[in-house]
Amino acid sequence: MSSLDKETVRKIAFLSRIEVAEDALGELAGDLTRILDFIEELQEVDVEGAAPLTSVADLTLPLRKDEVTDGNIQQKVLANAPLTDAGCFVVPKVVE
Amino acid sequence: MTYIIEGATGPWEIVVGLEVHCQVISKSKLFSGASTTFGNDANSNVSLVDAAMPGMLPVINAECVRQAVKTGLGLKAKINLESVFSRKNYFYADLPQGYQISQFDKPIVGEGTIILDMPDGSTKAVGIERLHLEQDAGKSMHDQDPKYSHIDLNRSGVALMEIVSKPDIRTPEEAGAYLTKLRAIVRYLGTCDGNMNEGSMRCDANVSVRRPGAEFGTRCEIKNVNSIRFVMQAIEIEAKRQVELIEGGGEVVQQTRLYDPRAGETRAMRSKEMAHDYRYFPDPDLLPLVFDQAFVSEIEKTLPELPDEKKARFMRENGLSAYDAGVLVADQEKSEYYEVVAKGRDGKLAANWVITNLFGALNKAGVDVAESPVSAENLGKLLDLILNDTISGRIAKDVFEIMIETGDDPDKIVAEKGLTQITDTGAIETAIDEVIAANPDKVQEIRDGKDRMLGWFVGQVMKSTGGKANPGMVNQMLRDKILG
Amino acid sequence: MTDLTNLTLAAARDGLAKGDYTSVELTEAHIAAMASQRDLNAFITETPEKAIEMARASDAKRAKGDVGKMEGLPIAVKDLFCTEGVQTTAASHILEGFIPQYESTVTANLFGNGAVMLGKSNLDEFAMGSANVTSYFGNVINPWKAADGKNLVPGGSSGGSAAAVAGRMALAATGTDTGGSIRQPAAFCGIVGLKPTYGRCSRWGVVAFASSLDQAGPMTRSVRDAAIMLGAMAGHDPKDSTSAPMAVPDFEAALTGDIRGMKIGIPKEYRVDGMPDEIARLWDDGVAMLRDAGASVVDISLPHTKYALPTYYIVAPAEASSNLARYDGVRFGLREVAEGDSLDDLYMKTRAAGFGKEVQRRIMIGTYVLSAGYYDAYYNKALKVRRRIYEDFANAFGTVDAVLTPTAPSAAFAIGENQDDPVKMYLNDVFTVPASLAGLPGMSLPTGLSASGLPLGLQLIGKPFDEETVLRVGGVLESAAGFTAKPAGLEG
Repeated sequence: MSSLDKETVRKIAFLSRIEVAEDALGELAGDLTRILDFIEELQEVDVEGAAPLTSVADLTLPLRKDEVTDGNIQQKVLANAPLTDAGCFVVPKVVE
Repeated sequence: MTYIIEGATGPWEIVVGLEVHCQVISKSKLFSGASTTFGNDANSNVSLVDAAMPGMLPVINAECVRQAVKTGLGLKAKINLESVFSRKNYFYADLPQGYQISQFDKPIVGEGTIILDMPDGSTKAVGIERLHLEQDAGKSMHDQDPKYSHIDLNRSGVALMEIVSKPDIRTPEEAGAYLTKLRAIVRYLGTCDGNMNEGSMRCDANVSVRRPGAEFGTRCEIKNVNSIRFVMQAIEIEAKRQVELIEGGGEVVQQTRLYDPRAGETRAMRSKEMAHDYRYFPDPDLLPLVFDQAFVSEIEKTLPELPDEKKARFMRENGLSAYDAGVLVADQEKSEYYEVVAKGRDGKLAANWVITNLFGALNKAGVDVAESPVSAENLGKLLDLILNDTISGRIAKDVFEIMIETGDDPDKIVAEKGLTQITDTGAIETAIDEVIAANPDKVQEIRDGKDRMLGWFVGQVMKSTGGKANPGMVNQMLRDKILG
Repeated sequence: MTDLTNLTLAAARDGLAKGDYTSVELTEAHIAAMASQRDLNAFITETPEKAIEMARASDAKRAKGDVGKMEGLPIAVKDLFCTEGVQTTAASHILEGFIPQYESTVTANLFGNGAVMLGKSNLDEFAMGSANVTSYFGNVINPWKAADGKNLVPGGSSGGSAAAVAGRMALAATGTDTGGSIRQPAAFCGIVGLKPTYGRCSRWGVVAFASSLDQAGPMTRSVRDAAIMLGAMAGHDPKDSTSAPMAVPDFEAALTGDIRGMKIGIPKEYRVDGMPDEIARLWDDGVAMLRDAGASVVDISLPHTKYALPTYYIVAPAEASSNLARYDGVRFGLREVAEGDSLDDLYMKTRAAGFGKEVQRRIMIGTYVLSAGYYDAYYNKALKVRRRIYEDFANAFGTVDAVLTPTAPSAAFAIGENQDDPVKMYLNDVFTVPASLAGLPGMSLPTGLSASGLPLGLQLIGKPFDEETVLRVGGVLESAAGFTAKPAGLEG
């Protein structure tokens, strides 16, 4: 299952929102396939009874007090934006 | 109650499940300390976390967790002592992180139940599949500029509870009743203000059709419908569309649709055409949310009396019908109003006045019970005036009209307008004598056995006393005088 | 090079305390060293004015008797830490020109402790790499040269930090380590690099690569320096939910020089096929030094070691694919868009132009392993194997106090090598990745030279939150190894 065709790469590239030129798809498919072949080795491990380890932190989620401690920093929020108007970020028109 | 669409090829049943997003009442956001208030300047209630600046991390708000647990308890649902936050990955302009922090396979609340109060007084149980916590997105505004959309992140990161029903709903009315009840519950609990028109409660409806009793059909999701009435309409219209589509030889495709109330149609959303693959995975910035039973018990102690319990109490203690009790508890403010009016008085009379007269008048004026010109105390006083025979029920209605107009105390109105009921036999006798003297022929008709004419005489006497004579006394005295 | 650039943190601390020189003098010497070695490309942004200003403030602070743990000591900051008012790029075109409006917790801690920032050091783009050849701002050159004079990679991803410290441009530097990004460049550049336990240092304000693995740590020229600097960086941070609510011990006090009776584990699975003789010998020498110092050395087994790399190359890209979704050209950073483009066009063009090839590959692999139909086969499977790796260490630490391994399978290699195949480059992390997956503290320190005269490092791995043992054993190994070699031209 680890050989990627161009169509799959095109789909992944779109999900990742990375434009890939049509003539670059082949090489990329090759690179990604090599990586997948490499990680394929995991399939041989017996993980019977192993719970997925999502974090090594031996903690539970700390809860924060419900207080307004942040915000009112519009200038900082917008400081690095490529394009703003009327206090808003601006993007090409979205049609729903 | 069955709801069947009669298609050209036979009957169809609809199957509906609702996903309701309730904005959690809290001061600050789910994962940041920015305020949740509305109406501020664009991007002012935004922290660097909400704007997904590089290296920013989420820290969860304890109050939002409590509110979710409280809502779960109100839905008689299973509270999961361990739940997990996952990332739902997709790109959108108002989703700064490129993912929404939500809960996927381990929600904070599991299965529960909502009891629907149907207009005919019957009830129906609808299952709750789950309730989970998640972040709200920001707001995209498309009408500010012909070429651009504007993005305001003030709402980004506000806590939402997504409450998912089982596909137990079978009619548009049930969908309406479900939303009404859910809204009542969250309002009683104080966990969400339930205002659909302001977007603090939003509904997605999953609609499919099938032959009665057959397997579920393919469903379409109608997104973000912003009133209960529109949800009901959207379901009806979408179900009809699906029936026509199938009967025309087509096939329902699973898709996301928008309801356009003006056009009276649903249509596929362009932005959702691309197949989604949300790639949920546990958020590595957050650890499992774990609390103990004691945490739940503490919250349980703070639960108010909920609509179902209150309804049962009104029926049991005040002798109300299921329908009347259901109407009164549908809204916490209405039920509280009613309780003030009914306190120490005839509960059924109070219910009649509150439901028929007060709600009728408020509906006509288009105002909420909270803004009622007639206070509950004053309505109670009006009932006292009826119950102690100071005024008749008819006069009471006139007084009530004035109260609606002016908000005045009924005692004052009755005194100023001299509306106190005449119970003085002498005064009533005088009025009766005058009517009898003026209508000898009609007196004879009664004496000849035409009993019905007696009512005409009562009316004349009431008219001549300006409605103030005690109708019971008038009736009795007329009978005595004419029939001796 | 003046003497001022050839000090350890500890020595400079003492010199400042004695008044032998001021922080401004110390800082000026390093600014000069930084400027004279620009050809190594160790820094993306130099901040000499800010450095002088901070040094002046530090001298004034010291005059009032207020002396922090790193008071007046000039350091380099990996350009992955957001620094308020100073461009932070993660070595990516997509963040070029980004000026954070906030200070990362780690740099805030360091500055609060008096440290002086010389500039932002170069790295692999978004910390993805093992040779510092993926930076948009050009590769970093190792101050150590090959015997034939060829330029070598400094390792990665904290290659700029390692080069700055080895090249005497900074007394020390911050690094971050996701799969070896502190330890491997430390080994390649002949310095000490300590990756603390996951949760020891706050991740708040550090550009995220893989959230469950990323950890900041010190890169220094001695073990004592690592102890000093870690103490100034670490600490619980309520803004990071994965930060450990633990007090910061006095790490320097752990350097007792006494490891008698300690048990050091030697994992047999690290003796991989084809391990170069000089690496095997280095390791054996290290074992002998610890034994001579009174520790008992025991063979242990970490059976899932060979699966660590494939596990890492699923988990890290998966998290990265999501962490890097925020670089979308809307709120900050690069935007590539043409007239009439849709929002999706903007995203796709911006991210294609803004991310380099390796970052793009990892985002796409991460996207793939999380996508419908592959989640269980790849991502979830990797999480389960990660559990096995974690358990392997837990079992081993039931009997041993620390584990000794080589840091990297080779010495620094020439720029251009290992670049034809992404997987070849990944193999550099074979010895560092297991401890990352298990969240354990790991330190690399130089203990010898390769046949071609390049530094080689050994790695010590400790129990969770037991950096003290790692430092104590490391201190003993450091003394025994007596590594004093310096890059050519810096022997002075």
